[in-house]
Amino acid sequence: MADIATPTTPASEPDTTAAVALGTEPDIHGMEPTPGAHDDHGDAHGGGEHGHATSTGLSNNKLAMWMFLGSECLLFGGLISTYMLYRGRHEGSPSPSQLYNIPLTSVSSFVLLMSSLTMVLAVSAAQRHDDRNTTTWLTVTALLGATFVGAQVFEFTEFYHEGLGFTTNLFGSSFFTLTGFHGVHVTVGIIMLMALVGMINRGKIPGNKAEVVEMIGLYWHFVDIVWIIIFTLVYLIPS
Amino acid sequence: MAIAERPSPVLARSGGTALVTPSSSLGVFRRPVSSTGWRSWVFTVDHKKLGIMYGVAAFVFFIVGGCEALLIRLQLAAGSNKVLSASAYNQMFTMHATTMVFLFVMPMAAAFANYLLPLQIGARDVAFPRINAFGFWCFLFGGLFLNTAWFLGGAADTGWFAYAPNTSVAFSPSHGVDFWALGLQITGIASLTGAINLIVTVLNMRAPGMSLMKMPIFSWMVLVVQFLLLFAIPVITVALFLLTFQRNFGAAFFSVDKGADPLLWQHLFWIFGHPEVYILVLPSFGIVSEVLPVFSRKPLFGYKFVVFSGAAIGFLGWGVWAHHMFASGLGPVSVAVFSVATMAIALPTGVKIVNWTMTLWGGKLRFTTSMMFAIGLIIEFTIGGLSGVTHSVSPSDTQQTDTYYVVAHFHYVLFGGAVFGLFAGFYYWWPKVFGKMLSERIGKWNFWLMVIGMNLTFGPMHILGLQGQPRRMQIWTEFRAGDGFFNGAFWNLVSTIGAFILALGIFTFIVNVFLTYKKGEVTPGDPWDARSLEWMTDSPPKEHNFDSIPTVHALDEFFHRKYVEDEETGELTQVTNYAEIMAEMEAKADKNIHLPSPSYWPIVLAIALPIVAYGVIFNRLLAVFGAAVLLFAIFGWSLEPSVADASDYDPPADGDNGESTKELATLG
Repeated sequence: MADIATPTTPASEPDTTAAVALGTEPDIHGMEPTPGAHDDHGDAHGGGEHGHATSTGLSNNKLAMWMFLGSECLLFGGLISTYMLYRGRHEGSPSPSQLYNIPLTSVSSFVLLMSSLTMVLAVSAAQRHDDRNTTTWLTVTALLGATFVGAQVFEFTEFYHEGLGFTTNLFGSSFFTLTGFHGVHVTVGIIMLMALVGMINRGKIPGNKAEVVEMIGLYWHFVDIVWIIIFTLVYLIPS
Repeated sequence: MAIAERPSPVLARSGGTALVTPSSSLGVFRRPVSSTGWRSWVFTVDHKKLGIMYGVAAFVFFIVGGCEALLIRLQLAAGSNKVLSASAYNQMFTMHATTMVFLFVMPMAAAFANYLLPLQIGARDVAFPRINAFGFWCFLFGGLFLNTAWFLGGAADTGWFAYAPNTSVAFSPSHGVDFWALGLQITGIASLTGAINLIVTVLNMRAPGMSLMKMPIFSWMVLVVQFLLLFAIPVITVALFLLTFQRNFGAAFFSVDKGADPLLWQHLFWIFGHPEVYILVLPSFGIVSEVLPVFSRKPLFGYKFVVFSGAAIGFLGWGVWAHHMFASGLGPVSVAVFSVATMAIALPTGVKIVNWTMTLWGGKLRFTTSMMFAIGLIIEFTIGGLSGVTHSVSPSDTQQTDTYYVVAHFHYVLFGGAVFGLFAGFYYWWPKVFGKMLSERIGKWNFWLMVIGMNLTFGPMHILGLQGQPRRMQIWTEFRAGDGFFNGAFWNLVSTIGAFILALGIFTFIVNVFLTYKKGEVTPGDPWDARSLEWMTDSPPKEHNFDSIPTVHALDEFFHRKYVEDEETGELTQVTNYAEIMAEMEAKADKNIHLPSPSYWPIVLAIALPIVAYGVIFNRLLAVFGAAVLLFAIFGWSLEPSVADASDYDPPADGDNGESTKELATLG
């Protein structure tokens, strides 16, 4: 598979060679040394035509992930706006301040934030080509994420028993939609993390392994950051 | 056809079997390798094939949407007409707009972008070919899903902007709105993935030497549009989710009896909806900005201004959405702000009009059909733009809201703007894509029928609207039609006749395509003496686009290779021609060009989405099944390398990628 990356340069050569060969400025940012013959590219095959020397120096995969996250900002922007508009409209259920269990949510928020730390450790291990530590930290990250989702499920059930359902009122609909969307994002993240662990164990990552880990890391951090905003706006600021 | 090199002469003669054997992915599917027949299209990841498929599918939806428009005009042709029932009429105008916006203009722009963008920037494909294929299938399946509503209890009947609470089950009890919401969700995935893909392609995969300011203007406009899509699509995604939750899961978002605010929908919709307007029209602006210089034999006047005014339209487009809501009681401050912002957006648009006109000025004009459509755009779009400015004045807009005046305005900008640009593009790039010229003689008929047709159809709507004929009115009576010049009966009839002339114009285009296919002339490689990089290759291009990736030195690289300008007199001297440039590129052709291999996964993943959507509407079990297919396809996809294994080649490829040339043929 090494041969598919570039028409002229062997894949194991440093990236600068490819860049110089194409007459473009080699850009240090976002270029990691290519460790092995199989690590050339993921889906971004078209980029392979230029070797690693993309016009920006960022890999296609990473740039795409950043674009996707930019788009996600507006998704959550829309959901948060909806919640902010409707949070005071809680006729027929307890009010937000009566429902929210701030200590519990603070703990689960802390757990989620810690998972960002373990994610960083996983990325760092992946960049050192340390598969064992990579999978360990990925698993820990997934477990911390699962703890957060578990706490959210617990919280949802509690709210339901206290009289706030999805259909009860506008506050209920918008609260469950916003936090539910975030929970689904975390869950998708967990599935990706576990799939990644499985694929690393079986040596099935097509492309640059460290970059795949880093990309899922980007997604994971994004979901965490969104939670910081949601936690502040939804739970901490009284309506 | 998986891997393309120049066809090996021996194999081409023998017409032997494809040289690639399939590898399996996930142990389920063997990799599709057909290079002929329907399989080579259905599983392709080639941006050119996908571009053509986008174009064909979008054109079919154009005909569907056009027929819906004709039915609407038939109903309004005479007073107290009974062509359509009120309910059918509501569905007709909703689906007409939805089809034209989401299933014709957007995907047709995607067709041009897909086909031309990699060629214009000197790349061999887009950044993510499989995602590109996935996007196409999402669009197609989403569009088909949307239209199956007609046969499953009726289509959406709430207008294309689907204001709450009209969309709630109480007021729209059929499944139409469910189909609408979920179908647009699926086509939205196509737009979003396409946006990410094309942005990365433009930013990362330009040919050496092509800085952003040396990039062809069409690519620039596509880039701006993709950024608009990237940020606009998630907003309508939220709105559509809320709507689906409201209708299918009992959420309260738009239940006014529970204290909901109907303006929530309007804001979410128009925050998407106004950028959407520019999403529709900017690709066409890009197309005419390519066409006018070629047929004026002059560089685009003020290239940088055109680029930055395009970007400015993109930015300002985010700050004007509430001008669609002036009549909803926003309050004087909001209305004033949005009013001024809307007037401001006329400036960059005006800059473009001036630049196009100045490009024509003093040029050696050639009035080809493509050129005529481009000039048609300048004129018709300007008319639509002027009536648009009258909307920005909120007191005047309050009078015009929901009248035919608005209908007249947006048809001038969308038909006279977006659609004319697309037709200019058809005639300009047809020889590039298919290697044959569309007939210029029939083309002239096509153009004049369309111009006359559109002005007869949409022109009278200004008068009807100012006379107070409401938009979406199903029936009118002779009694209230008015007298003299302003007689509504007369102008409605004129409009209907115009619509049929317009349809005849479109039909002429179809005839032209058919005759060209049957017996069109094979074109020379560079029929228009063109300027940009996509013409610096064969027509139609080889599967790998360029034999060698050109190094770019100038804006309008191809033109500057052919001609040298005398610095003092400005006179052009031809130094070389197309054939010589092609021969030179072939002489230093790249070895070992590897293109992404076809894959089953994009279509499998995309087909799962309508299954989930049908499930949400009819049976949750079906949704679970669809979700399972979805998950399965995602895993299959992620485990599949984007290029077939070396062992798939026959003879097997060497492990090293040095000198060994694998002559893998693109066989018919």
